[in-house]
Amino acid sequence: MAREIPYIAAVNEAIAQEMARDDTVVFYGQDVAPSDEDPLVKSFGRDRVRVSPISETAEIGMAVGLALAGYRPIVELLMAEFMLVAMNQVTNEAPRLRYMSGGQVKVPLVLKAGYGFTAGWAGQHTGSIYTMFAGVPGLKVVLPSTPADAKGLMAAAVRDDNPVVYLMHYLLVLEHGDVPEGEHVVPIGEAAIRRPGNDVTIVATGWTVGKALQAAEALAAEGVDAEVIDPRSLQPLDMPAILSSVEKTGHLVLADQATRHASAASIIAAEVAEHGFGYLKAPIKLVTALDATIPYSEPMEAFVLPDEHKIAGAVREVLGTASAVA
Amino acid sequence: MATAELSDDRLIWMFTQMLRIRDFEERVKRTFEDHPGVIRGHTHLADGAEASIVGSLATLKDSDQLLTTYRCHGYPITLGTDTKAMMAEIYGRQDGLCGGYGGSMHLCDPGRGFLGTSGIVGQGIPHATGVGFAAQLRKQGQVVLCFFGDGASKQGAFHESLNLASLWKLPVVYIMENNGYNVATHSEQEDANAANGEPLSVKAKAYSMPGVTVDGTDPLAVYEIVSEAVARARDGHGPTLVESKVYRLSAHGNLIAPPGVPLHYPEHEAITVFGNREEYEAALRGDPVPRFRARLVEQGTLDAARADAIAQEVTEEMDAAVQFGLDSPFPEPAAATNFVYA
Repeated sequence: MAREIPYIAAVNEAIAQEMARDDTVVFYGQDVAPSDEDPLVKSFGRDRVRVSPISETAEIGMAVGLALAGYRPIVELLMAEFMLVAMNQVTNEAPRLRYMSGGQVKVPLVLKAGYGFTAGWAGQHTGSIYTMFAGVPGLKVVLPSTPADAKGLMAAAVRDDNPVVYLMHYLLVLEHGDVPEGEHVVPIGEAAIRRPGNDVTIVATGWTVGKALQAAEALAAEGVDAEVIDPRSLQPLDMPAILSSVEKTGHLVLADQATRHASAASIIAAEVAEHGFGYLKAPIKLVTALDATIPYSEPMEAFVLPDEHKIAGAVREVLGTASAVA
Repeated sequence: MATAELSDDRLIWMFTQMLRIRDFEERVKRTFEDHPGVIRGHTHLADGAEASIVGSLATLKDSDQLLTTYRCHGYPITLGTDTKAMMAEIYGRQDGLCGGYGGSMHLCDPGRGFLGTSGIVGQGIPHATGVGFAAQLRKQGQVVLCFFGDGASKQGAFHESLNLASLWKLPVVYIMENNGYNVATHSEQEDANAANGEPLSVKAKAYSMPGVTVDGTDPLAVYEIVSEAVARARDGHGPTLVESKVYRLSAHGNLIAPPGVPLHYPEHEAITVFGNREEYEAALRGDPVPRFRARLVEQGTLDAARADAIAQEVTEEMDAAVQFGLDSPFPEPAAATNFVYA
């Protein structure tokens, strides 16, 4: 049975369900359940639900240790940028230890953080910095864009035997959507087709999925049938799904909240250029954030970000219909 | 006194492990001369720290665990890891302990409780702390030893970890092997406690845990102190910081050079950086391995003939380790993409 709940509730439901299912799941982080009246503490006890100091290196490094010793920690990191404080643990410890041991150990852990909070949080709490993690062999990176995926990808992340960076989108936390009750696991590495179409492929992640769908609706009124694909995870990246869509449509627009040169869009564009060039009837267009720090003031913030109008404009360009509607 | 409970057999076992570490490290060092090009990258030797390593590990039960720095050869030797597999790993071979994926800095033998290393200074300290967290959750009285150097105590990872371990009373013993140098820098040049004439163990005070400094060249002194810390951790009273003062008898590591330049071990930084040969020679005169042998012979635990026989067995073991490493094939190149994901 599915019912409508907000994205954030779906995330929390997955954590509670995974903790109930598996005694080795441990949840801790800054401001996680400081009160003993917290429902998670009441359900699972103080051993497994802990509030930690502002010590990202220790929090993430301890998760590595817990994982080496057979546990499955979920670390609440609040903001993706807070991982930068402990980047060595995230990118140079957790994903390396299994490999360097020749497969003798595994490091299953979840680093849970919000990202992309372009709501006046200025330059240091707004980044879409996922490619800093997605480029590291050994890490997985998931970007749920719907409440159902928020639940299903958290469950999958907890069950995965690898370190997973779970990035929830702060602009989506109150979005409602159908979420299955009970067990719901979304396999990591499978893209979702959010809207089927035949004329152009729009690949979008996180918050830009909704923007791409809005663009697709506007384009439909112009007789353009856009397909919207949400990769859902950047590592692994479901290139077969993207290539197969491009083979069908012959046109590709990539929407991404990240800055252009650190975007998933640029990685996907390179893959399609190498493996799908023959399918393309026009050059690829990237609609990303501009290569700038996110500004505080609202009009400037909007200027640097992608939106549904910029996405629709890019589609018109690749289809050669731009002048028709201008 | 915990040491009073050590049987003659156990004392001889401790001496044997110290000798095995020393001989293994000398073989690694000699490989640069005897078999140029066989060892790549960077190795770090534990010669001089044998007493500290063996005195610490002698306190453990089988179910206990440890994590260390990249200067990591001595611990698995003491735990009983096959020295042939270790040497093959350092030689980058298929039969290596980690299949040639890790090399000298990243030995790992989880079946014996050695969960691994970090090659980045201080960054393994939170890992050990997390293993201590796991031990606390498991409630089976396990203790975790966390080895690191004096340099690591200037990293945030050290301070964050000790705060959390003390706050949560985790069963971890933090063993700082203070060899007086951060690569080529004296402790007094980079540590406020050292510069003010205080032992580095005073750092424990900031985290409301016991801090104690011990002569790391005396295996029984180390055993005594670490036993107490292990008992405290096992009883649920939380962590201890042990500063174990050792003197590294080799340079920090072999020469750092691009491919094509033959690698070797330079002389110790006391000589190459500070021109203080006397400091180094004094350390050699205090070499913990012959000192412990002399003590055991003197007190009648070990006679000279038995000591020589042990040394002969160790020589044969390490001959075999080197030969095994040299004979082992290289891994299949395409195996490089294994183990990226579980």
